[in-house]
Amino acid sequence: MDAIEKKLLHEVADLDSLPVGAYNIRANGKLESRNTTAHINIVTKEDKPGIDIYIEPGTKNESVHIPVILSQAGLKDLVYNDFHIGEDCDVTIIAGCGIHNCGGAAGNEARHDGIHTFYVGRNAKLRYVEKHYGEGDGRGKQVMNPTTIVHLAEGAHMEMETTQIAGIDDTLRKTSGDLAEGASLVIHEKIMTTGDQKATTDFDVDLNGEGCSANVVSRSVAKDTSRQEFISRINGNCACAGHTECDAIIMDHACVLASPQLTANSVDASLIHEAAIGKIAGEQLIKLMTLGLTEKEAEDQIVNGFLA
Amino acid sequence: MLELRHVGYETDDNKEILHDISLTVQDRFVAITGPNGGGKSTLAKVIAGIYQPTSGQILLDGVDITNLSITERANLGISYAFQQPVRFKGLRVKDLLSLAAGKNTSVNDACAYLSEVGLCARDYIDRELNDSLSGGELKRIEIAMVLARGTKLSIFDEPEAGIDLWSFQNLIRVFEKMYEQTKGSILIISHQERILNIADTIVVIKDGGIAQMGPREALLPCLLGSADAASAACSVLADKVEGVRS
Repeated sequence: MDAIEKKLLHEVADLDSLPVGAYNIRANGKLESRNTTAHINIVTKEDKPGIDIYIEPGTKNESVHIPVILSQAGLKDLVYNDFHIGEDCDVTIIAGCGIHNCGGAAGNEARHDGIHTFYVGRNAKLRYVEKHYGEGDGRGKQVMNPTTIVHLAEGAHMEMETTQIAGIDDTLRKTSGDLAEGASLVIHEKIMTTGDQKATTDFDVDLNGEGCSANVVSRSVAKDTSRQEFISRINGNCACAGHTECDAIIMDHACVLASPQLTANSVDASLIHEAAIGKIAGEQLIKLMTLGLTEKEAEDQIVNGFLA
Repeated sequence: MLELRHVGYETDDNKEILHDISLTVQDRFVAITGPNGGGKSTLAKVIAGIYQPTSGQILLDGVDITNLSITERANLGISYAFQQPVRFKGLRVKDLLSLAAGKNTSVNDACAYLSEVGLCARDYIDRELNDSLSGGELKRIEIAMVLARGTKLSIFDEPEAGIDLWSFQNLIRVFEKMYEQTKGSILIISHQERILNIADTIVVIKDGGIAQMGPREALLPCLLGSADAASAACSVLADKVEGVRS
C-alpha cells in the first residue's frame, strides 16, 4: 500500500495499521486484505461484486472494519455488501470510503457506489460508523453514492453515524429502513460541502412494529456555491415514535433545501419533524472575537463545533 | 489604564447614542450605572471594539486603540462578558474555556474557573452551550470565560442579571479575587447597590453622556439618598435601588 492509500485509510477509518478484529480492506476495486475471527466470517460474493459478513448470534464487543479506497484516476467501483447480524449481538461496524482522484481531466470521475444491506437480528445492538472522504488535485470528480438498507428485527437497536466532511463532488446518499416491534434506529448525519459540490441525502423509514422508534438527525454546513438537499420521510404505521431533524448552516452563495415528510397511518403514531437553516449568528462571531480569535478562526471554530 | 477622550457614537442613521464621554479607568473597580437606555451597554461595546466610535479616542496604556478590531483589542487585554450570553450548538464549555484561556484547559483548570462561579466542572465541561443550559448557567459560564482570560481590563455588562441571591455574594468575591490575580481594572455595568458598594469609582451615564462621576464615598449616598436630595439621574436610579431592596 502506498502513501496516498495509507492516508486515505487514515482519513476514512482512523487506521494507521491493520485493525484488531475482523476486517476487509478493498483498494482500487480489489481485495487488499482480510481477516476473520471465531465469530465473524467474511465471504466474497460470487454472483456480483461485494461481500457477505456473518456475525454469529451472541457476539459481543467485536468490531468489523470494511474500508474502501480508490486512488486510481477515473476508476468506477460498485459493491454490494450484506451484513447478517445474529440475535443478541453487540457489535460495531466501521465502513468508510476514501477517493484520491489526481489524474483526471474533467469528466474523468472516480466513483464508488456502495450498497450496504443490514439484517439486524432480534435484540441485537449495532453501531455503524461510515465516513466518506475525497481528495485530489486533478479536475476529475470524486463521486460517491452510498445506499444503506436496514432491516431491524424485534427489539434490535442500530445507531448509524455517517460523515462526509471534505472532497466529495457529487453524492446521493440513500438510506432506508424498516423496523419491527420494539426496534430503534438512530441516525446522525454530518455533511459539509464546499466549492460547487452537490450532496443529496434521502432517508425513508417505515415504522412497522408496535413501540418501535426512529430518530434521524442531520447537521450540515454548505459553503461557497455548493448545494445540499435533505429529504427525510418517516412513515408511522402503528404505535411508534419518529423524529427527524435537519439543522444547517448556510454560508456564501450556497443553497440548502430541507424537506422533512411525515406520514401517520395510525392514530398512535407520534411523529415530529424539525428543520432549521441559517447563517452563523453575528453575535457568535463577535463573542469568539472578544476571546482573541480572528473572524476566520471564529468561523472555523463554530463550523467545527457544529459538525463535531 | 483605559482612557476615553471625548468619545461619541452615532448609529448609521445618525442617531446619537453617546456624546463626549471622557473618563479614565485605573482603579480596581469602576461601576457604570444609570437609567436604562442611557448608553451604558453601548459604551461597553465601544470599548471592546464591537462598535467603532464616530468621534474621540480610546487609549489603553497610552496606546491609541480607537481603530483596532475586536480581536486586536482582545489580544491587547480587554475582556467582555456579554449581558446576554451567546449560545453555540456543538461548542462545549471546555472548548470555550480553552479558547478564552488561549490554551487547552485541563479538568483542573476548568474546575478552578467554574467553581469560582458556583458550577461543578465535572457536570459542565462537556455540556454544549446550547438551549439545554439555563440563562443563569450561561451567565456564570460567561463570567468564567473572563476569569480564564485574566486580562488587564475586564468589562461585565450586568453580571448580576439572572444570578440568584446565593451566588450574588460569591459574584462579589469573584471580582475581588479576580483583581488579586490580574491587578487589572474591572468595569462593571450594574444597577445593584451591592455592586456599587464595592466600586472605587462610580460613573453615571444618562442620555448618552456622563451625568456624574466620582469616588463611591461621594457619589453613592447621593445615588441612594432621598428623592429631594438627589439629582435627576439619582432619582431615576433611586427607584431601581428601592425596587431591589424591597
